[in-house]
Amino acid sequence: MKVFVTPRRGILDPQGRAVEHALKSLGFKSVAGVKIGKYIVLEIGAQSTAEARDQAHQMCERLLANPLIEDYTFEVEGE
Amino acid sequence: MKWGVVRFPGSLDDNDALWALREVMGQEASLLWHKDTSLQGVECVLLPGGFSYGDYLRCGAIARFSPIMDSVAKFAAEGGLVVGTCNGFQVLCEAHLLPGALTRNRTLSFICEPVHVRVENAQTPFTCALRQGEVLKLPIKHGEGLYVAPAAELRQMEERGQVLLRYVDAAGQQSDAANPNGSLHAIAGVANERFNVFGLMPHPEHAVEALLGGEDGLKIFRSIIESAR
Repeated sequence: MKVFVTPRRGILDPQGRAVEHALKSLGFKSVAGVKIGKYIVLEIGAQSTAEARDQAHQMCERLLANPLIEDYTFEVEGE
Repeated sequence: MKWGVVRFPGSLDDNDALWALREVMGQEASLLWHKDTSLQGVECVLLPGGFSYGDYLRCGAIARFSPIMDSVAKFAAEGGLVVGTCNGFQVLCEAHLLPGALTRNRTLSFICEPVHVRVENAQTPFTCALRQGEVLKLPIKHGEGLYVAPAAELRQMEERGQVLLRYVDAAGQQSDAANPNGSLHAIAGVANERFNVFGLMPHPEHAVEALLGGEDGLKIFRSIIESAR
């Protein structure tokens, strides 16, 4: 299970901004926005993909992300 | 008054808080271990600054699930007084005992310096020994002190007087330059709706003796003691 946590739209992301600025000054003018977040790899012992997704959702809501300042997405890999 | 100072793995300012309360203010104060569930009959719980659980994931995110926090939440729900400074403030927000969240300083740097804060509401248990508009000089030392909350919630907090401290300059004027971390509405300290839980980024426990550069922190502790009488 791969979990991605990123700052919410509208929340100041000074890390993302600093990197965006640096990329632009390197000549990458196409960069329209940068967000820096977290990438969390989980190994979940679950009976089904649906169950794993359900657990990951709860983990994100309760601990892995703060919904006030962060968005999250996750991807399930393997069986 | 009986105080309890919670020690999480990574707490740093627990001993300073005990010093301020016991040695400087002559209060009865005990340490509460994060794995315990008993608050030992204290009348005010203080969550100190530091790096609980190494600040892994997010500041205060893991400390929020320490066993003692269930007792603290119950104590707060019953009207007990709870104060969180710095990391303690972050823990209280993560535990939803206070609104909002704290995130990286806009400068991306750790800031350690004295700042000025203005008392915005002097009619709370945490500020009752202060005057409305009074300016305090207190130190800050944090990397993640930028206070955020949804716009609608901020508006309601302002209307209810939940913003207790705001960053200002030495003359008491609000300005962008006087807001060290970029907090929304220059918020340095907030209370819950019921005014029995208070979180602030500055450290009153580091400003309790002239030798430390000032004694303004005492006024916050004095307020709490007065309010409990």
